[in-house]
Amino acid sequence: MEKAATTKNFKSEEYFINMGPQHPATHGVLRLLLTIDGEIIKNVAPDLGYIHRSIEKMCERDSYQQIVHLTDRMDYLSSHINNEAVCLAVENALQLEVPERVRVVRTIIGELTRIASHCLWWGVMGMDLGAFTSYFYGFRDREMINDIFEETCGARLTMNYNIPGGLMYDIHPNFVKRVKDFVAHFKTKIPEYDQLLTGNVIFQKRTKGVGVLSKEAAISFGASGPVARASGYSCDVRKHHPYSALSKVDFKEALLTAGDTFARYQVRIQELWESLSIIEQLIDHIPEGDYKVATNAVIKLPKGEYYQKVETARGELGVYIISKGTKNPYRMKFRSPGFSNLSLLNHIAVGGKIGDLVATMATLDLVIPDIDR
Amino acid sequence: MSNEALQTLINQWIPELEFTEEGVPFLTVTVPAASLHPLMHRLRNDQETCFDYLFCLTGVDWGDTLGVVYHLESTQHRHILVVKVATEDRDNPVFHTVSDIWKTACFHEREAFDFLGITFDKHPNLKRLFLTEDWKGFPLRKDYEDNINMIVK
Repeated sequence: MEKAATTKNFKSEEYFINMGPQHPATHGVLRLLLTIDGEIIKNVAPDLGYIHRSIEKMCERDSYQQIVHLTDRMDYLSSHINNEAVCLAVENALQLEVPERVRVVRTIIGELTRIASHCLWWGVMGMDLGAFTSYFYGFRDREMINDIFEETCGARLTMNYNIPGGLMYDIHPNFVKRVKDFVAHFKTKIPEYDQLLTGNVIFQKRTKGVGVLSKEAAISFGASGPVARASGYSCDVRKHHPYSALSKVDFKEALLTAGDTFARYQVRIQELWESLSIIEQLIDHIPEGDYKVATNAVIKLPKGEYYQKVETARGELGVYIISKGTKNPYRMKFRSPGFSNLSLLNHIAVGGKIGDLVATMATLDLVIPDIDR
Repeated sequence: MSNEALQTLINQWIPELEFTEEGVPFLTVTVPAASLHPLMHRLRNDQETCFDYLFCLTGVDWGDTLGVVYHLESTQHRHILVVKVATEDRDNPVFHTVSDIWKTACFHEREAFDFLGITFDKHPNLKRLFLTEDWKGFPLRKDYEDNINMIVK
């Protein structure tokens, strides 16, 4: 005779499961070793290095002009901002004053890059949680920005538009008009994003109260970007250490306090509006003038150390150069936002469910080449 | 807190430290390895300094010495300090971990261990981070050679 169905004699035990290196929700070749008990996560141990290219070692071999082109292979969704970081570091070291036109164009394209990155993140975030439509919405709008980039920079992803001393070439005659068209278009689309995901009950239930990060933990783990700002930690480099034309524009730092997955989502949506506002303030005021100043064919930085912070779509990118006065850096370090943001994953995922881990990871917005460098 | 005030305060805690402001972006202090952890602990917890944000940790091969550069910022006071530590022992370079003070150091120290072979005492999980466990040598050291990838001294 069969026994009555009961869970009384069931045992619970922990076991390993591999998430990645090929997994749609890890957005690249990231391998997570999960220790789980049923659905509950007990430990998350990232295994890195699948696409490590040793960019820091290559920098010690390359000239400063060449290094710029390596950096857009780190966080490829913030390629323009990465390039800008190295250019600013080199220009500051050489005490080179770039024309006002360069500063403004750099800032506009930087903010367009941020919007494109957030569009991709938004589409993929929906897809991670099972909503496929958002993916097409996000990519549709990002496509318009890519077309603008293609026309002006000649590339859609790894743009290489910045060079030490300015820009590779002047903006395309259509640039201003197309950016304005995009801003007008995108203003009607963000409410659609809200309609589709932000206000969705299922979406909110999957994200609210999930993966909570306190402000203290955010600072201790070195979090930056939207991840840290959702926990109430004011860390926007554009506000605290403004660069290029950012000191001239008026914008609000998106800051929330809940620290959960939904708050991280909301911060990025707010940032879309703020980036649009920055572009609008600048697009009609691109000063006339040169698009670059001449530098020596061989750039040698004076002996010393240089540090430049910028705000990429993912957070604070730091470029640390130690120069011995030669044409190559003696040591070059990239403090990438994704690396620090990944380190807190274990902290916020433990105790949650596997499905929640996917939602949490989606709002960390990891780009693996940024971590692996 | 201004750079001068920071310098005076730290000198009161540990006298005769070497400070520099020339050729570097932020006030930089060099500490002996033995004073590293007590100083870091105090910099983090003292109300006046309150360096709660370790934004960059870099392992450097200086040629004669191996060392670590810590970039610290206070989210309250918004001042920045760079702390440098170095050792001449290239075969067994050891520093005390700061991962008990800033959690972000846990990953960054593993990176420095992976690429420069710097050991961090009392680190909770000091293993290679990017390279495989059986990798020979430390690629970011200046004397590293790898003929296959054409890296020569």
